[in-house]
Amino acid sequence: MGLLARLFGRTTPADGSGAIAKKRLKFVLEYDRAHLSPGELELIRDEIIATISRHVNVRREDVNITLEHGGRLVAEIPLDRHAGPTAGHRA
Amino acid sequence: MAARVITLTSGKGGVGKTTATANIGVSLARMGRRVIVLDADIGLRNLDVVMGLENRVVYNLVHVIRGTTEADRALIRDKRMPGLMLLAADQHSEKDEISEDEMREVGEALRAHADYVLIDSPAGIEQGFRNAMAPADEVVLITTPEVSAVRDADRVIGLTEAAGKPTPRLILNRIKPRLVARGDMMDMDDVVDILQIEILGIVPEDERIVAATNRGEPVALQMGSPAAAAFDNIAARLEDSSVPLIALDGAEPGLLARLALRFRHGN
Repeated sequence: MGLLARLFGRTTPADGSGAIAKKRLKFVLEYDRAHLSPGELELIRDEIIATISRHVNVRREDVNITLEHGGRLVAEIPLDRHAGPTAGHRA
Repeated sequence: MAARVITLTSGKGGVGKTTATANIGVSLARMGRRVIVLDADIGLRNLDVVMGLENRVVYNLVHVIRGTTEADRALIRDKRMPGLMLLAADQHSEKDEISEDEMREVGEALRAHADYVLIDSPAGIEQGFRNAMAPADEVVLITTPEVSAVRDADRVIGLTEAAGKPTPRLILNRIKPRLVARGDMMDMDDVVDILQIEILGIVPEDERIVAATNRGEPVALQMGSPAAAAFDNIAARLEDSSVPLIALDGAEPGLLARLALRFRHGN
């Protein structure tokens, strides 16, 4: 339940199923509008990691690809600066 | 006044398009407007039965399109509410037997006979939906506050805009204020926040609609029920967009709905 609702004196439980429905809808609609599925996003993540890893070493577990509001894919790709390159396909 | 052709659509079936079309038609006619309610659900006609006019159907939409009869002879005048007319769907054709161009022609022909043409769209997003949309000047999107309906409604907004129609306005139907108060149903602010379109109206769940449909007497024919009041409010707001949104018992219109902000495109 948002700030506005609290300001206007509504006391509905913020963890009610209505709030859950809203969260789920907002999440799935970002994907629907982008013509993307959450499963496909995982594939994109793997492909990004594979591509970037050809040039620099990447901390796999910390790579975050998210679909942001308004249809932007945002990639956070922490680099591992202490190890040498893994898949050595550099020309 | 120039006729307004308004298509009521939803995506999801069963959310109340036909009931809304019938009742908003009644409410507008009570305000003195000439209203044609048009059933565009070819093959699965229902508007005639919801209005209780099923025994008076002789000619239908397909007869008008094929030129078998003039629009005027196909229109059924509702004796309970002067100014209200029904153009029924054909029960035996299929939706892809008529085209968007043919629907546009019918829309033009009907304009001469009414102030409002309310088109009851079939569910889905296929040819039937496209046909119902083709003649529209305005689009009204009906949804219930539940996950599948809202998801489908979002898709329909995209398709409506892709068809070159104005952004639809929303009717949130079958609201249960007690469930909303308990946190077990999304309210109008939630749905407006998700879909990001302006709200036209809100309609509470009203048991009287079951009996009304059984009898073929749309609730808006009698004043006094919560749903009838809501449909009257929608008709008033169609006539004059400055009329305030009705307040449902136990579910005050929220700030977002009252302000009716446009922000779907991130403005």
